[in-house]
Amino acid sequence: MVNEDPPLLQMRGIVKQFPGARALDGVDLEIRAGEVHCLLGQNGAGKSTLIKVLAGAHQPTEGEILVDGQPVTITHPVAGLKLGIATMYQELDVVDGLSVAENIYLGHELATGGFSQRRAATANTRALLTRLGHGDMSPHREVGRLSAAGKQIVSMARALSHDARVIVMDEPSAVLDAEEVTNLFRVVRELTASGVAVVYISHRLDEIRQIGDRITVLKDGRTVATGLPVAQTPTAELIKLMTGRNVEFAIPPRDTIAPDAATILKVDGLALRGAFSDVSFEVRAGEVVGLAGLVGSGRTEILETVFGARKATAGTVQVSGKKLRAGSVSDAVTAGIGLCPEERKSQGLILDEPVYRNITLSTFARNANASFLDEGAERAVAREQIQALDVRPSDPDRSARTLSGGNQQKVLLARWLVHGCRVLLLDEPTRGVDVGARAEIYGLIADLAAQGAAVVVVSSDIPEVIGLADRVLVISEGRVVHDGPASGIDEHRVLDLVMEGSAA
Amino acid sequence: MSEQDITAAVPAADESSRVEQVSSTTKRAGLLSGAAGRNLGLVIALVAICAFGVITAGERFASIDNLLTILRLAAVLGVISIGMTFVITGGGIDLSVGSVIGLASVWASTLATQTMAQNSHWIVMVGCALLVGVGAGLVNGVLIAYGKVVAFIATLAMLVAARGLAEIIANRQTQVVKVQAFLDFFRDDFLGIPMLVWIFVVVAVVGWVVLNRTTFGRRTIAVGGNPEAARLAGIKVKRHTMYLYALCGLTAGIGGLMMLGRTTAGSSTNGQFYELDAIAAVVVGGTLLIGGRGTIVGTVLGVLIFTTLTNVFTQNNLSISAQNIAKGVIIVVAVLLQQRIAERSRAGT
Repeated sequence: MVNEDPPLLQMRGIVKQFPGARALDGVDLEIRAGEVHCLLGQNGAGKSTLIKVLAGAHQPTEGEILVDGQPVTITHPVAGLKLGIATMYQELDVVDGLSVAENIYLGHELATGGFSQRRAATANTRALLTRLGHGDMSPHREVGRLSAAGKQIVSMARALSHDARVIVMDEPSAVLDAEEVTNLFRVVRELTASGVAVVYISHRLDEIRQIGDRITVLKDGRTVATGLPVAQTPTAELIKLMTGRNVEFAIPPRDTIAPDAATILKVDGLALRGAFSDVSFEVRAGEVVGLAGLVGSGRTEILETVFGARKATAGTVQVSGKKLRAGSVSDAVTAGIGLCPEERKSQGLILDEPVYRNITLSTFARNANASFLDEGAERAVAREQIQALDVRPSDPDRSARTLSGGNQQKVLLARWLVHGCRVLLLDEPTRGVDVGARAEIYGLIADLAAQGAAVVVVSSDIPEVIGLADRVLVISEGRVVHDGPASGIDEHRVLDLVMEGSAA
Repeated sequence: MSEQDITAAVPAADESSRVEQVSSTTKRAGLLSGAAGRNLGLVIALVAICAFGVITAGERFASIDNLLTILRLAAVLGVISIGMTFVITGGGIDLSVGSVIGLASVWASTLATQTMAQNSHWIVMVGCALLVGVGAGLVNGVLIAYGKVVAFIATLAMLVAARGLAEIIANRQTQVVKVQAFLDFFRDDFLGIPMLVWIFVVVAVVGWVVLNRTTFGRRTIAVGGNPEAARLAGIKVKRHTMYLYALCGLTAGIGGLMMLGRTTAGSSTNGQFYELDAIAAVVVGGTLLIGGRGTIVGTVLGVLIFTTLTNVFTQNNLSISAQNIAKGVIIVVAVLLQQRIAERSRAGT
């Protein structure tokens, strides 16, 4: 099929530089009218930033955007809407207290001289809803009383009310059940049949198979493949594009752990209602255990529950034979467990506090004399770690906010190193970390294990998990579907397991 | 590199050394960006108000007697503002302190308490007021930390309830303090300075040390700066939050005693609207309302600014209403400045 018209929307060489991090580093994207264009990529690959650039919420540092072959600048979200680009964010941006019609015309109310034309709004809303196959939804219904799927329809109708030609859907299926997803697909097909282009973002590859026409894959802020026809691209290839980083060279080889190494962490029958159940595993001194699985499989929840940040509904966690109280972080920390959370900025760091205080956040009391802080000692300890981990810039008084992702991660690792952890839980330790710092973090993990720590790593990057870990647990839909040595499993096997698990 | 060396050589991150660090990293932000720079701004404001007082009221303003009057008036507000600084730095708010002052002053001056005090020692009254303050603070703290009630609502409820309880206990009557030893202590001078002022000084100094030099202060800043990060680092955030409200209640209890000493009577109307003045003084002083950064020196200056302003206006026979307008303007200007500075220092880094 040859298309002579210029594509509806084109992005060329888009770069977005944030202070300390390059979120997009050369993205190309081409959207044609009437297609479902799937955007694939791991967490931190740059999808969210790209959407925001497209919606006008962020300005690209470099690169150009063309609509109908004409270069445009999208200075703010309203400008994006005027060009016919509408975005449905993952967190549905509807106002619960307003009616369906009021939500749809939010920000561009139909009015004459300040008086709202409610009748026209109602009639138009009805027409839009009918177009979306939901003519039965009342325009007067309060949106707060609709289901997630219903809110999505409202969000879509709002996009259409702006005469959108491109609708960006950020993980629209994440909040829906199977039947609702089917319905969503029907609506998407109707939209594309009328010439609207849909940019569809999802982690679920089976969905992309069902609904997508073409695929663009992002990795580390770059387009690694674009315009791949869905029908002719095998899943394995997509996975490889998304995750296939040659990490082997960056991960230092490690000695095999002694067969008589003591078990440090013992998790037995752990469960958290609604997230995961019956998770059991052991980690010995010097061992690295990797948890592989897709986003939303329960990996993060497992780590947080082991750490006590969430209260287990069943099961136990033991450190060196001592049982921990469920739901008590301070118990876990006292027992020598440390967690480097996935969301470094919101869960890990106190951004406006200096680096040294972030490093000593769980140990400042130890340096204190009768409750009086010894900031000299804290600085000395911090400076030691800054040097050992090569945190840059090396000024311990700089606020944590000003550091890059990789250096922030090092600060978190330093915190637990100072604490002297025997068990280290790392959630996406290299997310948003550039390649150089990534190798350093791999090295640190290996060093820690060599010193006898028990390490648990969660990562979306499957080769990373396999490369780092001695043993891999595959998690799918909140269950451990595989537990075995890392040497006996490869990326494809992990993905097969994950997909079998989610099909079941 | 040399800048880093300089900051590294500064022994402790007290407010003055922080300035050097901030201004070295954000040169454009200039002098006013640091804590001491901000304090300097407050000192300039205070001096300007004093100059205005001297010009308009002359001797009546610029006398030792008047200075002591200002300080005596500042003392009660100052003490509760120190407690408020802790709560706000820890990411909370306490609207109940004014009412708790009233309740503490009433409970410590009931016939029963006074009789007990007369039969034993006036310290009984002190213990009673402090217990009432800490008790009310603990109720706030438990509701907020463990009951997960929003601080604004929990302490608003306490504001209403404590005032009501004070009215019931006092039966809406003024309870004159007859324990002479109590009055002697609180109305005494020491080295020519009223006891109330000494109490303020002691509370402020202790507050500064606790906030800047102890683990309790560090936890307060951590809990206010990022409660989730603090929790995941092993800090007992809930327990600490409860302590913060208890501490604030304690200062309200002290405030109640000071009020008893100053007015020589317990009344359920004591301390009305003090919570608003305290919050205003804390925020004007430079403590971030969203938590994570607090300054005791700023709070003390904020209290002095408001109290001196009131005094100058009173000397000039300006109405309370005019004073309130001026206060409102000061709050808005201070907060606007604060935001500008915060934005600039963030953009500069």
